[in-house]
Amino acid sequence: MNSPENNKKEHQDKVLNEVSNSEYKYGFVTDIESESIEKGLNEDVIRLISAKKKEPGWLLEYRLDAYRKWKAMKSPTWAHLNIPPIDYQDIVYYSAPKKKKAEYESLDEVDPELLDTFNKLGIPLGEQKALAGVAVDAVFDSVSVKTTFQDTLEEKGIIFCSFSEAVQNHPELVRKHLSSVVPVDDNYFAALNSAVFSDGSFCYIPKGVRSPVELSTYFRINAANTGQFERTLIVAEDDSYVSYLEGCTAPQRDENQLHAAVVEIVAMKGAEVKYSTVQNWYPGNKEGKGGIYNFVTKRGITKGANSRISWTQVETGSSITWKYPSCILLGDNSSCEFYSVAVTNNHQQADTGTKMIHIGKNTRSTIISKGISAGKSQNSYRGLVKMTRKAENARNFSQCDSLLLGDQCGAHTWPYIKTFNDSSVVEHEATTSRISEDQLFYCQQRGMDEENSIRLIVNGYAKEVLNQLPMEFAVEAQKLLSISLEGSVG
Amino acid sequence: MLQIKDLVVSVEGKTILQGVNLEVSPGEVHAVMGPNGSGKSTLANIIAGKEGYEVVSGSIHYQGKNLLDMDVEDRAREGIFMGFQYPVEIPGVSMNNFMRTAIDEIRKYRGEKPLSAKEFLALMNKKKKLVGLKESLAGRAVNEGFSGGEKKKNEIFQMALLEPVLAILDETDSGLDIDALKIVANGVNALKTKNTSTIVITHYQRLLDYIVPDRVHVLSDGQIIKSGNKELALELEEKGYGWLE
Repeated sequence: MNSPENNKKEHQDKVLNEVSNSEYKYGFVTDIESESIEKGLNEDVIRLISAKKKEPGWLLEYRLDAYRKWKAMKSPTWAHLNIPPIDYQDIVYYSAPKKKKAEYESLDEVDPELLDTFNKLGIPLGEQKALAGVAVDAVFDSVSVKTTFQDTLEEKGIIFCSFSEAVQNHPELVRKHLSSVVPVDDNYFAALNSAVFSDGSFCYIPKGVRSPVELSTYFRINAANTGQFERTLIVAEDDSYVSYLEGCTAPQRDENQLHAAVVEIVAMKGAEVKYSTVQNWYPGNKEGKGGIYNFVTKRGITKGANSRISWTQVETGSSITWKYPSCILLGDNSSCEFYSVAVTNNHQQADTGTKMIHIGKNTRSTIISKGISAGKSQNSYRGLVKMTRKAENARNFSQCDSLLLGDQCGAHTWPYIKTFNDSSVVEHEATTSRISEDQLFYCQQRGMDEENSIRLIVNGYAKEVLNQLPMEFAVEAQKLLSISLEGSVG
Repeated sequence: MLQIKDLVVSVEGKTILQGVNLEVSPGEVHAVMGPNGSGKSTLANIIAGKEGYEVVSGSIHYQGKNLLDMDVEDRAREGIFMGFQYPVEIPGVSMNNFMRTAIDEIRKYRGEKPLSAKEFLALMNKKKKLVGLKESLAGRAVNEGFSGGEKKKNEIFQMALLEPVLAILDETDSGLDIDALKIVANGVNALKTKNTSTIVITHYQRLLDYIVPDRVHVLSDGQIIKSGNKELALELEEKGYGWLE
């Protein structure tokens, strides 16, 4: 007869193996005619992208400058990630669904296949979404397909459109703020993005305006061998408010695809920007084949006094994630919060966290990070809290928790703290735990099966972060956590 | 309802139960008493289905079914409830959410429709009153920050919600003051029906002042060495366990 320990081990192995059965729901490919340029990257390709987008001269110069800087830079190696070499000449830098006319006048003109894709993703671009009170900008491969809810926003003076449209219609705003938070040569992937970004979202909230709806961008990679390089810029003028949501998915493909985005947020005096992401790029299969490389630079600046930025992210997808939504706390009494749940399963790798750079007096930052690792994945928190000399009475509170499911995964925490004044206070707490047998037994004794028990415990663990999400996103995120962890038990 | 025959159970190679026989009929309350380390909690855990125990020989039948073949959750869905000696905390999961999930799963197993939010809240309120649970506890995370007494009351509250066929209360009285003890006992008595049974596992006699057992069993070194009626408990209180050995 087997010993109970052996039985238990076998059972755990069995359940862990079942992880592989969890399907990626968004892995389909849309069969649509697209217009792509040749693979490869050089100055001519950048000129071609810029020309296709009918960009002004200054923007082409910006791109070329970024490209030259990028060429002199090296891919970062400091993260706890095993990144296979990337052949940047083997990537298509521009792909767009073919359209009959230059601009869509109404949804009727959009290719039905394309609309169907967004419907499958639960992102209807028509009336339903409007009823739900969310304005959507949908980006398919490299271009923005449709931005909904325009009229309502225009009445308030809010600009919410694709980045390309913003370049055409509001060049002065774009020029003023582009790279004001993330310099062109900030890092390798940001420089690459600055050179080749194809589209993204632009959002401008005028002084004193509170956006009456949630603004949402949905990114979808479809074409093969294509990189996606979006650029998002959010500017909130004095005493304005906006809540911004971002979602992402990609088809299931055997080759890896690169996603290198840049998001910049500028919050002026008394402004508040909430930025929420549910990232569900294709994570690769159970052996770790395929999946998206998600190398993203997100940064905000609380430029004016009493302004506030919050980053909330639920990261479940991508084969490799390299992402540190950060904030420069410049204005006195400004604050920033970072709430993160990062789930890794199978062979996924994530190195994610934040940077809080305190410059203004009485600035406050909060970091709540919840890592969940399963399978053979590696999950790292990496965070920097910096209190500069001028940041008198600044405060930070950081809490970094790791939850391990199974015994083949890894969780790591790298908090960096740099303090250059005596009056600031930095607090850091960290825990690592497993779902205990006792917790599982307790739930199961009340009639729940193992899957539901884990679902309940994990969602409870992540609750502090999920609570920060807008309602409909929170529901989606909870489901996503469950799917990502299907069959994994510790 | 429950038949345990010649049950031998070991943990990590060490034999804990050495041939236990126990029969519980509908409507009965049985008390299992005994010194520390006699195997009382093992008996409770093996009925509930906790992992880590090896059944060497013997059998347990519950309502005619072979209990040892059933998963933990199926035992619960078939009406077995265990009141824990040390209820665990589940951070971030509210009592509301926890019990709603449990009740929904049990109802689904029985082919019943899930309760509406309104029905569920009405049920929660009714049962809260029954066990004298503070209103605010239901909104809090499962057992998180509960006092020892609150945790035990919370076990009885869950029992009241799930209306088990067979309840096993594992040292529910330990660490309770006399008022809490009364509340727990009142809860158990109020839930008693002619079709349901309770096994009360306890070290001390005092709980049995409030929950009157039909049968009392003394477990010592993994065997039931004496069974009797409620007077046996009083005798044990007076003489201790030593005189039986």
